[in-house]
Amino acid sequence: MALDGPTPLERFINGILPENPTYRQVLGMCPTLAVTNGMKEAMTMAGAVAFTLICANIVTSLIRGLLKPHLRILVFTLTIAAFVTVADRVLAAFMFEMSGKLGPYIPLIIVNCIIICRCEVCAAKQGVLAATADAVGQSIGFTLGLSSIAVVREIIGNGSLFGFTIIPEAYWPRWGIMLLPPGAFITLGLLMGGFNLLSARSAKKKKAAA
Amino acid sequence: MKAKYISQAWLVILLSLSFAGTLAGVDVWLAPRIEANKLAATIDKIPDLVPGADKAASAEAVRAKYSPVPVTVGEGKFKTTYEAFWAMDKSGKPLGWVIKASGQGFADKIELLIGVDAECRTITGLSILSQKETPGLGNKIEEGNEGKPGFLTQFRHGLRADEPLTATTSTPDKGSNKIGAVSGATISSRSVCNIVNDAMSKQLRTALVDALKKGPTSRPVQKE
Repeated sequence: MALDGPTPLERFINGILPENPTYRQVLGMCPTLAVTNGMKEAMTMAGAVAFTLICANIVTSLIRGLLKPHLRILVFTLTIAAFVTVADRVLAAFMFEMSGKLGPYIPLIIVNCIIICRCEVCAAKQGVLAATADAVGQSIGFTLGLSSIAVVREIIGNGSLFGFTIIPEAYWPRWGIMLLPPGAFITLGLLMGGFNLLSARSAKKKKAAA
Repeated sequence: MKAKYISQAWLVILLSLSFAGTLAGVDVWLAPRIEANKLAATIDKIPDLVPGADKAASAEAVRAKYSPVPVTVGEGKFKTTYEAFWAMDKSGKPLGWVIKASGQGFADKIELLIGVDAECRTITGLSILSQKETPGLGNKIEEGNEGKPGFLTQFRHGLRADEPLTATTSTPDKGSNKIGAVSGATISSRSVCNIVNDAMSKQLRTALVDALKKGPTSRPVQKE
């Protein structure tokens, strides 16, 4: 195993918050904006991305010794596309309704930058253990990112969570815009601002303590 | 030179072949299930679209392979084949049809199911199978079935199938074959009407009435 890379545990932890795909790396914005109008959709998307990311990272890590520099992106894309197609078919077979709702966004995982980025940054350079830990960490980070936006949008826009109404329409007028694309941008912007504010504050505290 | 290319590309070739093999395997495993899902989604809607229709009996017709009936209408470039599902009551007596139709919506293709009575004179219900209209506005064309109020409820009030439907932004008069458009989604509403109008051509209605006279077990012979 390469000695210069971060350890598997570091990779795992980094993916969740310090290098969160949504709020820190700002990658994979297409699904983040498009399928976060409900928790069910967001979680299915997160699951499909997690499956693809973990499988692609493991395969890339296993063949990392054979990669030629100018062919590596091609190999990554090929690997990712294969697993995305598997995920797409499995969804259509076992979660037919959801597969219809997500529509083109599942095949679009192929061009999701989080996965190509992790193959390039970690899996192509480190062993299977580190690559797997990295993929799991990043997947959790992405799931957190998606669900944080989906919770806000679904509650404000539809008064529900996972499709179950939690605030009756009489008490909360549905803000339809939250389910539309502008709602995704507004929510993401505000949450990212909040995330930055919090991390700036904790950095200040650390400095003051030191 | 050639040997150099192979030495560089062998990994890509090998990976492509093994992934292709895997995907073919996955497809063999899942394709029948996916097809069955699509069919089941259609059959599920039959009782909701034709009053009195029974799901089990209508599904039995599909299992026995004489439903759906393919009906080809139009000439040349405009030739379209529709699938018409028998809507049966509990005893297996045909009550009407559920016709699968599709066309361009505001954003993307809209696929829908039209329920009609046995004489193909009255529309008994409408249901959207798939659509990608604007969330919050155009996608309201999906609402109004299974006892809930909404756009699709209007298609249950005995619209005539032999006369074109029109979408209007004002409240439609009773018996006028007009549909009140979803506010903010006039184009989506109009698209739905157009898809229904295109589908309910005289040719299709005649073919279905003939098929019904012959009885469900005899498939109508279609001239290509």
